[in-house]
Amino acid sequence: METILELAGLGKTYPGGLKALDGVDLAIRKGEIFALLGPNGAGKTTLIGAVCGLVRPTAGTMRAFGHDLATDWRAARRRIGLVPQEMATDMFEPVIRAVTYSRGLFGLAPDAGRIEQVLRSLSLWEKRNDQIRTLSGGMKRRVLIAKALAHEPELLFLDEPTAGVDVELRKDMWRQIGALRERGTTIILTTHYIEEAEEMADRVGIIDKGRLLMVDEKAEMMARLGRTEARFTLAASLGRIPPALGDIPVELDNGGRVLVYRGGDGTGKGKAEVADLTKALIAAGIDYTGIDVHESSLEDIFVQLIERGEVAA
Amino acid sequence: MSFNARGAWSIFIRELMRFLRTAFQSVLAPVMTTSLYFIVFGAAIGGRMGDIGGVDYAAFIIPGLLMLTLLGETTSNASFGIYMPRFTGTIYELLSAPVGVAETLIGFVGAAAVKSLILAAIILATARLFVDYHIAHPIIALLYIMLVAAAFALFGFILGIWADGFEKLGIIPMLFLTPLTFLGGTFYSIAMLPKPWDTIALFNPIVYLVSGLRWAFYGTADVHFTVSLAITLGFLAVCVAVIAVIFRTGWRLRT
Repeated sequence: METILELAGLGKTYPGGLKALDGVDLAIRKGEIFALLGPNGAGKTTLIGAVCGLVRPTAGTMRAFGHDLATDWRAARRRIGLVPQEMATDMFEPVIRAVTYSRGLFGLAPDAGRIEQVLRSLSLWEKRNDQIRTLSGGMKRRVLIAKALAHEPELLFLDEPTAGVDVELRKDMWRQIGALRERGTTIILTTHYIEEAEEMADRVGIIDKGRLLMVDEKAEMMARLGRTEARFTLAASLGRIPPALGDIPVELDNGGRVLVYRGGDGTGKGKAEVADLTKALIAAGIDYTGIDVHESSLEDIFVQLIERGEVAA
Repeated sequence: MSFNARGAWSIFIRELMRFLRTAFQSVLAPVMTTSLYFIVFGAAIGGRMGDIGGVDYAAFIIPGLLMLTLLGETTSNASFGIYMPRFTGTIYELLSAPVGVAETLIGFVGAAAVKSLILAAIILATARLFVDYHIAHPIIALLYIMLVAAAFALFGFILGIWADGFEKLGIIPMLFLTPLTFLGGTFYSIAMLPKPWDTIALFNPIVYLVSGLRWAFYGTADVHFTVSLAITLGFLAVCVAVIAVIFRTGWRLRT
Protein backbone atom coordinates (compact mmCIF):
# COMPACT_ATOMS: atom_id res chain seq x y z
CA MET A 1 0.00 0.00 0.00
CA GLU A 2 1.23 3.50 -0.83
CA THR A 3 3.10 5.28 1.97
CA ILE A 4 2.16 8.95 2.27
CA LEU A 5 4.08 9.93 5.37
CA GLU A 6 7.50 8.70 6.39
CA LEU A 7 9.28 9.69 9.57
CA ALA A 8 12.84 8.47 10.07
CA GLY A 9 14.79 8.94 13.28
CA LEU A 10 12.59 11.87 14.24
CA GLY A 11 13.78 13.53 17.41
CA LYS A 12 12.95 16.61 19.42
CA THR A 13 15.09 17.65 22.35
CA TYR A 14 14.20 20.90 24.07
CA PRO A 15 16.94 23.28 25.22
CA GLY A 16 16.51 22.10 28.81
CA GLY A 17 17.40 18.57 27.70
CA LEU A 18 13.87 17.11 27.68
CA LYS A 19 13.54 14.53 24.93
CA ALA A 20 10.00 14.87 23.62
CA LEU A 21 10.66 12.61 20.62
CA ASP A 22 13.40 10.02 20.54
CA GLY A 23 14.25 8.41 17.20
CA VAL A 24 10.72 7.88 15.92
CA ASP A 25 10.40 5.83 12.73
CA LEU A 26 6.92 5.64 11.27
CA ALA A 27 5.32 5.06 7.89
CA ILE A 28 1.66 5.94 7.32
CA ARG A 29 -0.27 4.20 4.56
CA LYS A 30 -2.73 5.90 2.28
CA GLY A 31 -6.34 5.58 3.39
CA GLU A 32 -5.77 4.14 6.84
CA ILE A 33 -6.83 5.35 10.26
CA PHE A 34 -3.78 5.30 12.47
CA ALA A 35 -4.23 5.79 16.20
CA LEU A 36 -1.32 7.04 18.23
CA LEU A 37 -1.79 6.01 21.82
CA GLY A 38 0.13 7.22 24.78
CA PRO A 39 -0.22 8.70 28.24
CA ASN A 40 -0.09 12.46 28.82
CA GLY A 41 3.30 13.89 27.91
CA ALA A 42 4.23 10.83 25.83
CA GLY A 43 5.05 12.91 22.74
CA LYS A 44 1.85 12.49 20.72
CA THR A 45 1.18 16.19 20.21
CA THR A 46 4.88 16.90 19.65
CA LEU A 47 4.92 14.32 16.86
CA ILE A 48 1.89 15.90 15.20
CA GLY A 49 3.39 19.36 15.73
CA ALA A 50 6.61 18.31 14.03
CA VAL A 51 4.81 17.10 10.92
CA CYS A 52 2.48 20.11 10.82
CA GLY A 53 5.18 22.75 11.28
CA LEU A 54 4.44 23.78 14.86
CA VAL A 55 7.50 22.10 16.33
CA ARG A 56 11.05 22.20 14.97
CA PRO A 57 12.54 18.71 15.13
CA THR A 58 16.14 18.44 16.27
CA ALA A 59 16.84 15.14 14.50
CA GLY A 60 15.59 12.95 11.69
CA THR A 61 13.74 13.44 8.45
CA MET A 62 10.07 13.74 7.48
CA ARG A 63 8.61 13.14 4.05
CA ALA A 64 4.96 13.61 3.14
CA PHE A 65 3.58 12.72 -0.29
CA GLY A 66 7.18 12.39 -1.45
CA HIS A 67 8.09 15.94 -0.37
CA ASP A 68 10.75 16.62 2.21
CA LEU A 69 8.98 18.58 4.95
CA ALA A 70 12.14 20.54 5.75
CA THR A 71 12.71 21.88 2.25
CA ASP A 72 9.54 21.35 0.24
CA TRP A 73 7.10 22.11 3.04
CA ARG A 74 4.70 24.24 1.02
CA ALA A 75 3.77 21.42 -1.34
CA ALA A 76 3.44 18.95 1.52
CA ARG A 77 1.44 21.15 3.91
CA ARG A 78 -1.05 21.96 1.18
CA ARG A 79 -2.26 18.36 1.48
CA ILE A 80 -2.25 18.07 5.27
CA GLY A 81 -4.95 19.19 7.69
CA LEU A 82 -4.79 19.58 11.45
CA VAL A 83 -7.50 19.62 14.08
CA PRO A 84 -5.80 20.79 17.27
CA GLN A 85 -6.55 19.57 20.74
CA GLU A 86 -7.21 23.05 22.11
CA MET A 87 -10.31 25.00 21.12
CA ALA A 88 -8.27 27.57 19.20
CA THR A 89 -10.22 29.80 16.85
CA ASP A 90 -11.38 33.40 16.61
CA MET A 91 -14.55 33.15 18.67
CA PHE A 92 -16.05 36.37 17.29
CA GLU A 93 -15.96 35.19 13.70
CA PRO A 94 -19.02 33.68 12.01
CA VAL A 95 -18.61 29.99 11.22
CA ILE A 96 -18.67 30.34 7.44
CA ARG A 97 -16.07 33.10 7.41
CA ALA A 98 -13.71 31.10 9.63
CA VAL A 99 -13.97 28.07 7.36
CA THR A 100 -13.62 30.14 4.18
CA TYR A 101 -10.52 31.78 5.64
CA SER A 102 -8.93 28.39 6.28
CA ARG A 103 -9.45 27.39 2.65
CA GLY A 104 -7.83 30.59 1.40
CA LEU A 105 -4.91 30.22 3.80
CA PHE A 106 -4.04 26.96 2.08
CA GLY A 107 -3.99 28.68 -1.29
CA LEU A 108 -7.29 27.44 -2.70
CA ALA A 109 -9.78 29.58 -4.60
CA PRO A 110 -13.08 30.26 -2.84
CA ASP A 111 -15.57 27.47 -3.41
CA ALA A 112 -18.95 28.15 -1.85
CA GLY A 113 -20.20 24.70 -2.87
CA ARG A 114 -17.34 22.92 -1.15
CA ILE A 115 -17.72 25.03 2.02
CA GLU A 116 -21.44 24.26 2.09
CA GLN A 117 -20.71 20.56 1.65
CA VAL A 118 -18.24 20.57 4.54
CA LEU A 119 -20.57 22.51 6.81
CA ARG A 120 -23.54 20.29 5.96
CA SER A 121 -21.52 17.13 6.56
CA LEU A 122 -20.75 18.38 10.05
CA SER A 123 -24.30 19.65 10.71
CA LEU A 124 -23.03 23.23 10.85
CA TRP A 125 -24.84 24.68 7.85
CA GLU A 126 -27.73 26.06 9.89
CA LYS A 127 -25.20 27.76 12.17
CA ARG A 128 -23.04 29.17 9.39
CA ASN A 129 -23.74 32.81 10.20
CA ASP A 130 -23.46 32.42 13.97
CA GLN A 131 -20.43 33.66 15.83
CA ILE A 132 -18.38 30.68 16.97
CA ARG A 133 -18.51 31.82 20.60
CA THR A 134 -22.29 31.26 20.62
CA LEU A 135 -21.99 27.57 19.71
CA SER A 136 -21.92 24.64 22.11
CA GLY A 137 -18.61 22.91 22.90
CA GLY A 138 -19.33 20.08 20.50
CA MET A 139 -20.26 22.47 17.70
CA LYS A 140 -17.06 24.45 18.27
CA ARG A 141 -15.05 21.28 17.90
CA ARG A 142 -16.86 20.56 14.64
CA VAL A 143 -15.93 24.04 13.43
CA LEU A 144 -12.28 23.14 13.97
CA ILE A 145 -12.80 20.00 11.90
CA ALA A 146 -14.58 22.00 9.20
CA LYS A 147 -11.67 24.45 9.10
CA ALA A 148 -9.24 21.57 8.72
CA LEU A 149 -11.32 20.02 5.93
CA ALA A 150 -11.87 23.25 4.00
CA HIS A 151 -8.79 22.70 1.86
CA GLU A 152 -9.63 19.05 1.20
CA PRO A 153 -6.58 17.50 2.89
CA GLU A 154 -5.54 13.99 1.98
CA LEU A 155 -3.91 13.49 5.37
CA LEU A 156 -5.75 14.69 8.45
CA PHE A 157 -4.34 14.90 11.96
CA LEU A 158 -6.84 14.82 14.79
CA ASP A 159 -5.21 15.62 18.10
CA GLU A 160 -7.41 14.20 20.86
CA PRO A 161 -10.59 14.78 18.83
CA THR A 162 -12.93 13.68 21.58
CA ALA A 163 -11.09 14.93 24.66
CA GLY A 164 -13.58 16.37 27.10
CA VAL A 165 -16.70 15.70 25.03
CA ASP A 166 -19.69 13.71 26.18
CA VAL A 167 -20.36 10.13 25.12
CA GLU A 168 -22.99 11.01 22.53
CA LEU A 169 -20.78 13.57 20.85
CA ARG A 170 -17.84 11.17 20.94
CA LYS A 171 -19.85 8.56 19.06
CA ASP A 172 -20.97 11.23 16.62
CA MET A 173 -17.34 12.24 16.13
CA TRP A 174 -16.43 8.63 15.40
CA ARG A 175 -19.12 8.55 12.74
CA GLN A 176 -17.67 11.70 11.19
CA ILE A 177 -14.19 10.21 11.18
CA GLY A 178 -15.54 7.02 9.61
CA ALA A 179 -17.20 9.09 6.90
CA LEU A 180 -13.91 10.85 6.19
CA ARG A 181 -12.17 7.53 5.77
CA GLU A 182 -14.91 6.46 3.37
CA ARG A 183 -14.02 9.46 1.26
CA GLY A 184 -10.38 8.34 1.15
CA THR A 185 -8.85 10.66 3.73
CA THR A 186 -5.94 9.20 5.66
CA ILE A 187 -6.35 9.93 9.35
CA ILE A 188 -3.85 10.02 12.16
CA LEU A 189 -5.46 10.52 15.53
CA THR A 190 -4.01 10.77 18.96
CA THR A 191 -6.05 9.69 21.87
CA HIS A 192 -5.79 8.38 25.35
CA TYR A 193 -9.24 6.82 25.07
CA ILE A 194 -8.21 3.30 24.14
CA GLU A 195 -11.81 2.56 23.26
CA GLU A 196 -11.52 5.12 20.50
CA ALA A 197 -8.55 3.37 18.91
CA GLU A 198 -10.21 -0.01 19.36
CA GLU A 199 -13.35 1.27 17.65
CA MET A 200 -11.82 3.00 14.67
CA ALA A 201 -8.15 2.39 14.03
CA ASP A 202 -6.69 0.11 11.39
CA ARG A 203 -3.27 0.36 12.95
CA VAL A 204 -2.14 1.43 16.35
CA GLY A 205 1.12 2.99 17.50
CA ILE A 206 2.00 3.13 21.16
CA ILE A 207 4.24 5.97 22.24
CA ASP A 208 5.73 6.74 25.64
CA LYS A 209 8.50 9.10 26.74
CA GLY A 210 9.01 10.11 23.11
CA ARG A 211 9.68 6.56 21.93
CA LEU A 212 7.41 4.63 19.64
CA LEU A 213 7.14 1.35 21.54
CA MET A 214 5.12 -0.55 18.98
CA VAL A 215 3.31 -0.12 15.69
CA ASP A 216 1.04 -2.84 14.41
CA GLU A 217 -2.30 -3.70 12.85
CA LYS A 218 -4.86 -3.44 15.61
CA ALA A 219 -6.05 -7.01 15.00
CA GLU A 220 -2.46 -8.31 14.90
CA MET A 221 -1.61 -6.52 18.10
CA MET A 222 -4.65 -7.98 19.82
CA ALA A 223 -3.76 -11.44 18.52
CA ARG A 224 -0.12 -11.20 19.53
CA LEU A 225 -0.54 -9.56 22.87
CA GLY A 226 -4.14 -10.30 23.75
CA ARG A 227 -4.77 -12.66 26.64
CA THR A 228 -7.73 -14.57 28.06
CA GLU A 229 -8.24 -14.61 31.78
CA ALA A 230 -10.69 -17.06 33.36
CA ARG A 231 -11.36 -17.19 37.10
CA PHE A 232 -13.02 -20.34 38.45
CA THR A 233 -14.57 -19.94 41.89
CA LEU A 234 -14.06 -23.36 43.46
CA ALA A 235 -16.60 -25.14 45.66
CA ALA A 236 -13.75 -26.21 47.96
CA SER A 237 -10.28 -24.73 48.42
CA LEU A 238 -7.32 -26.45 46.80
CA GLY A 239 -3.87 -26.65 48.40
CA ARG A 240 -2.05 -27.13 45.11
CA ILE A 241 -2.67 -27.36 41.38
CA PRO A 242 -4.02 -30.83 40.54
CA PRO A 243 -1.67 -32.74 38.16
CA ALA A 244 -4.70 -33.65 36.07
CA LEU A 245 -4.75 -30.09 34.70
CA GLY A 246 -1.51 -30.89 32.85
CA ASP A 247 0.18 -28.02 31.03
CA ILE A 248 -2.75 -25.61 31.14
CA PRO A 249 -1.34 -22.34 32.59
CA VAL A 250 -3.29 -21.94 35.84
CA GLU A 251 -2.53 -20.71 39.32
CA LEU A 252 -4.39 -20.48 42.60
CA ASP A 253 -5.61 -17.27 44.11
CA ASN A 254 -7.57 -16.12 47.12
CA GLY A 255 -6.22 -18.86 49.42
CA GLY A 256 -6.94 -21.62 46.95
CA ARG A 257 -10.59 -20.62 46.49
CA VAL A 258 -10.06 -19.31 42.95
CA LEU A 259 -8.33 -21.03 40.08
CA VAL A 260 -7.01 -18.53 37.58
CA TYR A 261 -6.21 -19.24 33.95
CA ARG A 262 -4.15 -16.73 31.97
CA GLY A 263 -3.24 -17.58 28.42
CA GLY A 264 -4.22 -17.43 24.80
CA ASP A 265 -3.10 -14.99 22.16
CA GLY A 266 -6.18 -13.08 21.17
CA THR A 267 -7.03 -15.50 18.32
CA GLY A 268 -9.42 -17.75 20.25
CA LYS A 269 -6.79 -20.10 21.58
CA GLY A 270 -7.47 -18.87 25.11
CA LYS A 271 -11.20 -19.64 24.89
CA ALA A 272 -10.44 -23.15 23.62
CA GLU A 273 -8.06 -23.74 26.52
CA VAL A 274 -10.69 -22.51 28.99
CA ALA A 275 -13.14 -25.03 27.50
CA ASP A 276 -10.52 -27.77 27.90
CA LEU A 277 -9.94 -26.61 31.45
CA THR A 278 -13.64 -26.91 32.37
CA LYS A 279 -13.65 -30.48 31.04
CA ALA A 280 -10.42 -31.32 32.90
CA LEU A 281 -11.84 -29.93 36.17
CA ILE A 282 -15.01 -32.02 35.84
CA ALA A 283 -12.97 -35.09 34.91
CA ALA A 284 -10.80 -34.57 37.99
CA GLY A 285 -13.88 -34.16 40.17
CA ILE A 286 -13.12 -30.57 41.08
CA ASP A 287 -16.36 -28.67 41.52
CA TYR A 288 -16.71 -24.94 40.89
CA THR A 289 -19.52 -22.47 41.51
CA GLY A 290 -18.77 -19.77 38.96
CA ILE A 291 -16.62 -18.79 35.97
CA ASP A 292 -15.60 -15.29 35.04
CA VAL A 293 -13.93 -15.02 31.60
CA HIS A 294 -12.27 -11.82 30.42
CA GLU A 295 -10.63 -11.17 27.05
CA SER A 296 -7.90 -8.54 27.33
CA SER A 297 -8.68 -5.30 25.60
CA LEU A 298 -6.37 -2.92 23.79
CA GLU A 299 -6.30 -1.06 27.07
CA ASP A 300 -4.79 -4.07 28.85
CA ILE A 301 -2.18 -4.35 26.11
CA PHE A 302 -1.48 -0.66 26.29
CA VAL A 303 -1.02 -0.69 30.06
CA GLN A 304 1.17 -3.78 29.79
CA LEU A 305 3.41 -2.12 27.20
CA ILE A 306 3.64 1.18 28.99
CA GLU A 307 4.47 -0.51 32.27
CA ARG A 308 7.16 -2.56 30.59
CA GLY A 309 8.37 0.59 28.81
CA GLU A 310 10.08 -1.24 25.99
CA VAL A 311 9.40 -2.62 22.56
CA ALA A 312 7.36 -5.70 23.13
CA ALA A 313 8.10 -7.73 20.04
CA MET B 1 3.98 25.49 -5.07
CA SER B 2 5.75 28.82 -4.62
CA PHE B 3 4.39 32.07 -3.20
CA ASN B 4 0.89 31.55 -1.81
CA ALA B 5 -0.87 34.71 -2.98
CA ARG B 6 -4.31 33.51 -1.86
CA GLY B 7 -2.93 32.75 1.58
CA ALA B 8 -1.50 36.26 1.90
CA TRP B 9 -4.75 37.78 0.65
CA SER B 10 -6.79 35.71 3.13
CA ILE B 11 -4.72 36.95 6.07
CA PHE B 12 -4.90 40.52 4.79
CA ILE B 13 -8.68 40.50 4.39
CA ARG B 14 -9.22 38.79 7.72
CA GLU B 15 -7.11 41.37 9.53
CA LEU B 16 -9.02 44.20 7.87
CA MET B 17 -12.31 42.57 8.88
CA ARG B 18 -11.01 42.44 12.44
CA PHE B 19 -10.42 46.19 12.21
CA LEU B 20 -13.90 46.79 10.83
CA ARG B 21 -15.42 44.77 13.68
CA THR B 22 -14.28 47.51 16.01
CA ALA B 23 -14.63 50.26 13.41
CA PHE B 24 -16.62 52.55 15.67
CA GLN B 25 -13.89 52.60 18.28
CA SER B 26 -11.11 52.54 15.69
CA VAL B 27 -12.46 55.60 13.90
CA LEU B 28 -13.95 57.53 16.78
CA ALA B 29 -10.85 57.42 18.99
CA PRO B 30 -8.48 59.16 16.57
CA VAL B 31 -11.19 61.67 15.57
CA MET B 32 -11.74 62.53 19.22
CA THR B 33 -8.03 62.72 20.03
CA THR B 34 -7.21 64.85 17.02
CA SER B 35 -10.12 67.16 17.72
CA LEU B 36 -8.97 67.61 21.32
CA TYR B 37 -5.42 68.42 20.22
CA PHE B 38 -6.72 70.98 17.77
CA ILE B 39 -9.00 72.57 20.34
CA VAL B 40 -6.23 72.77 22.96
CA PHE B 41 -3.11 73.38 20.87
CA GLY B 42 -4.65 74.77 17.72
CA ALA B 43 -7.36 77.12 18.96
CA ALA B 44 -6.57 77.82 22.64
CA ILE B 45 -2.76 77.96 22.62
CA GLY B 46 -2.08 78.20 18.90
CA GLY B 47 -3.72 81.62 18.63
CA ARG B 48 -0.91 83.06 20.76
CA MET B 49 1.89 81.19 18.95
CA GLY B 50 1.95 82.90 15.56
CA ASP B 51 3.63 81.30 12.55
CA ILE B 52 6.50 78.80 12.64
CA GLY B 53 8.64 78.88 9.52
CA GLY B 54 5.85 80.72 7.74
CA VAL B 55 3.25 78.07 8.65
CA ASP B 56 0.26 78.86 10.84
CA TYR B 57 0.73 77.03 14.17
CA ALA B 58 -2.51 75.05 13.93
CA ALA B 59 -1.43 73.78 10.51
CA PHE B 60 2.16 73.29 11.71
CA ILE B 61 1.14 70.63 14.24
CA ILE B 62 -0.83 68.50 11.70
CA PRO B 63 2.15 66.36 10.51
CA GLY B 64 3.24 65.80 14.12
CA LEU B 65 -0.27 64.82 15.23
CA LEU B 66 -0.57 62.54 12.25
CA MET B 67 2.74 60.90 13.15
CA LEU B 68 1.70 60.61 16.80
CA THR B 69 -1.41 58.60 15.93
CA LEU B 70 0.23 56.77 13.05
CA LEU B 71 3.13 55.40 15.09
CA GLY B 72 1.01 54.39 18.08
CA GLU B 73 -1.90 52.86 16.16
CA THR B 74 0.25 51.08 13.57
CA THR B 75 2.49 49.55 16.19
CA SER B 76 -0.48 48.50 18.33
CA ASN B 77 -2.48 47.09 15.42
CA ALA B 78 0.40 45.04 14.06
CA SER B 79 1.52 43.80 17.47
CA PHE B 80 -1.99 42.74 18.48
CA GLY B 81 -2.50 41.21 15.03
CA ILE B 82 0.21 38.60 15.62
CA TYR B 83 0.15 38.47 19.42
CA MET B 84 -3.51 37.49 19.69
CA PRO B 85 -3.15 34.32 17.56
CA ARG B 86 -0.14 33.42 19.72
CA PHE B 87 -2.09 34.10 22.89
CA THR B 88 -5.26 32.25 21.85
CA GLY B 89 -3.46 29.40 20.09
CA THR B 90 -4.98 30.12 16.67
CA ILE B 91 -1.47 30.57 15.32
CA TYR B 92 -1.43 26.80 14.81
CA GLU B 93 -3.39 27.32 11.62
CA LEU B 94 -0.93 29.83 10.24
CA LEU B 95 2.08 27.69 11.11
CA SER B 96 0.58 24.56 9.61
CA ALA B 97 -0.50 26.28 6.40
CA PRO B 98 1.64 26.69 3.29
CA VAL B 99 2.44 30.31 4.13
CA GLY B 100 5.91 31.66 4.78
CA VAL B 101 7.43 34.92 5.90
CA ALA B 102 6.38 36.82 2.75
CA GLU B 103 2.71 35.83 2.93
CA THR B 104 2.57 36.45 6.67
CA LEU B 105 4.10 39.89 6.39
CA ILE B 106 1.97 40.93 3.43
CA GLY B 107 -1.11 39.77 5.32
CA PHE B 108 -0.48 41.11 8.79
CA VAL B 109 1.82 44.05 8.10
CA GLY B 110 -0.04 45.05 4.96
CA ALA B 111 -3.35 45.11 6.83
CA ALA B 112 -1.86 47.08 9.72
CA ALA B 113 -0.39 49.58 7.25
CA VAL B 114 -3.69 49.95 5.39
CA LYS B 115 -5.54 50.53 8.66
CA SER B 116 -3.03 53.26 9.41
CA LEU B 117 -3.61 54.89 6.04
CA ILE B 118 -7.34 54.90 6.74
CA LEU B 119 -6.64 56.52 10.11
CA ALA B 120 -4.33 59.07 8.49
CA ALA B 121 -7.10 60.01 6.06
CA ILE B 122 -9.55 60.37 8.96
CA ILE B 123 -7.13 62.57 10.91
CA LEU B 124 -6.50 64.79 7.92
CA ALA B 125 -10.22 65.10 7.29
CA THR B 126 -10.78 65.97 10.96
CA ALA B 127 -7.95 68.52 10.85
CA ARG B 128 -9.68 70.18 7.91
CA LEU B 129 -12.60 70.98 10.20
CA PHE B 130 -10.33 73.09 12.40
CA VAL B 131 -7.69 74.54 10.11
CA ASP B 132 -7.19 75.27 6.45
CA TYR B 133 -3.98 73.68 5.21
CA HIS B 134 -2.35 72.99 1.91
CA ILE B 135 -0.06 70.02 1.28
CA ALA B 136 2.99 71.10 -0.74
CA HIS B 137 4.03 67.62 -1.91
CA PRO B 138 0.91 65.43 -1.66
CA ILE B 139 2.34 62.42 -3.52
CA ILE B 140 5.52 62.43 -1.45
CA ALA B 141 3.41 62.89 1.71
CA LEU B 142 1.28 59.87 0.80
CA LEU B 143 4.29 57.71 -0.05
CA TYR B 144 6.09 58.79 3.09
CA ILE B 145 3.06 57.99 5.26
CA MET B 146 2.88 54.57 3.58
CA LEU B 147 6.58 54.02 4.22
CA VAL B 148 6.33 54.99 7.90
CA ALA B 149 3.18 52.88 8.29
CA ALA B 150 4.93 49.86 6.75
CA ALA B 151 8.05 50.35 8.90
CA PHE B 152 6.09 50.61 12.15
CA ALA B 153 3.78 47.77 11.18
CA LEU B 154 6.92 45.62 10.86
CA PHE B 155 8.13 46.98 14.18
CA GLY B 156 4.76 46.17 15.75
CA PHE B 157 4.93 42.67 14.30
CA ILE B 158 8.30 42.14 16.02
CA LEU B 159 6.84 43.53 19.23
CA GLY B 160 3.89 41.14 19.00
CA ILE B 161 6.24 38.18 18.63
CA TRP B 162 8.58 39.37 21.39
CA ALA B 163 5.81 40.06 23.92
CA ASP B 164 4.86 37.28 26.28
CA GLY B 165 2.10 39.23 27.98
CA PHE B 166 -0.29 42.09 27.38
CA GLU B 167 1.79 44.38 29.58
CA LYS B 168 4.78 44.13 27.27
CA LEU B 169 2.56 44.93 24.30
CA GLY B 170 1.64 48.24 25.87
CA ILE B 171 5.05 49.18 27.23
CA ILE B 172 6.80 50.13 23.99
CA PRO B 173 4.07 52.38 22.54
CA MET B 174 3.26 53.93 25.91
CA LEU B 175 6.73 54.36 27.42
CA PHE B 176 8.79 54.97 24.30
CA LEU B 177 6.83 55.89 21.18
CA THR B 178 4.42 58.42 22.67
CA PRO B 179 7.03 60.31 24.76
CA LEU B 180 9.54 60.31 21.90
CA THR B 181 6.88 61.60 19.51
CA PHE B 182 5.91 64.37 21.92
CA LEU B 183 9.58 65.28 22.26
CA GLY B 184 10.16 64.80 18.54
CA GLY B 185 8.90 68.16 17.37
CA THR B 186 5.19 67.39 17.14
CA PHE B 187 4.22 70.69 18.68
CA TYR B 188 7.35 72.74 18.02
CA SER B 189 10.32 73.08 15.74
CA ILE B 190 13.64 71.71 17.04
CA ALA B 191 15.13 75.09 16.14
CA MET B 192 12.97 76.63 18.91
CA LEU B 193 14.79 74.60 21.58
CA PRO B 194 17.60 76.22 23.58
CA LYS B 195 21.09 74.76 23.38
CA PRO B 196 22.07 71.99 24.03
CA TRP B 197 18.52 70.56 23.77
CA ASP B 198 18.31 71.26 20.04
CA THR B 199 21.34 68.99 19.55
CA ILE B 200 20.16 66.37 22.05
CA ALA B 201 16.78 66.27 20.26
CA LEU B 202 18.55 65.04 17.11
CA PHE B 203 19.24 61.74 18.90
CA ASN B 204 15.50 61.16 18.98
CA PRO B 205 14.70 59.15 15.81
CA ILE B 206 11.09 60.38 15.80
CA VAL B 207 12.37 63.91 15.07
CA TYR B 208 13.36 62.72 11.60
CA LEU B 209 9.97 61.17 10.94
CA VAL B 210 7.99 64.23 12.01
CA SER B 211 10.40 66.48 10.16
CA GLY B 212 10.16 64.38 7.00
CA LEU B 213 6.39 64.52 6.97
CA ARG B 214 6.39 68.22 7.76
CA TRP B 215 8.62 68.84 4.76
CA ALA B 216 6.23 66.86 2.55
CA PHE B 217 3.36 68.98 3.90
CA TYR B 218 4.87 72.46 3.93
CA GLY B 219 8.30 72.28 2.30
CA THR B 220 9.94 73.29 5.57
CA ALA B 221 11.66 70.98 8.05
CA ASP B 222 14.17 70.71 10.89
CA VAL B 223 16.34 68.22 8.99
CA HIS B 224 16.77 67.59 5.29
CA PHE B 225 14.10 65.29 3.83
CA THR B 226 16.69 62.87 2.41
CA VAL B 227 18.02 62.30 5.95
CA SER B 228 14.48 61.55 7.15
CA LEU B 229 13.94 59.21 4.22
CA ALA B 230 17.24 57.42 4.78
CA ILE B 231 16.52 56.90 8.48
CA THR B 232 13.01 55.59 7.76
CA LEU B 233 14.30 53.20 5.09
CA GLY B 234 17.09 52.09 7.42
CA PHE B 235 14.60 51.37 10.21
CA LEU B 236 12.42 49.42 7.78
CA ALA B 237 15.44 47.39 6.61
CA VAL B 238 16.41 46.56 10.20
CA CYS B 239 12.85 45.40 10.96
CA VAL B 240 12.78 43.20 7.82
CA ALA B 241 16.12 41.66 8.81
CA VAL B 242 14.92 40.94 12.36
CA ILE B 243 11.72 39.34 11.07
CA ALA B 244 13.69 37.21 8.61
CA VAL B 245 15.77 35.91 11.53
CA ILE B 246 12.62 35.27 13.60
CA PHE B 247 11.10 33.15 10.83
CA ARG B 248 14.32 31.31 10.12
CA THR B 249 14.82 30.35 13.75
CA GLY B 250 11.13 30.05 14.64
CA TRP B 251 11.79 32.18 17.74
CA ARG B 252 8.61 32.49 19.84
CA LEU B 253 6.61 30.97 16.97
CA ARG B 254 7.62 27.33 16.83
CA THR B 255 8.70 25.32 19.82
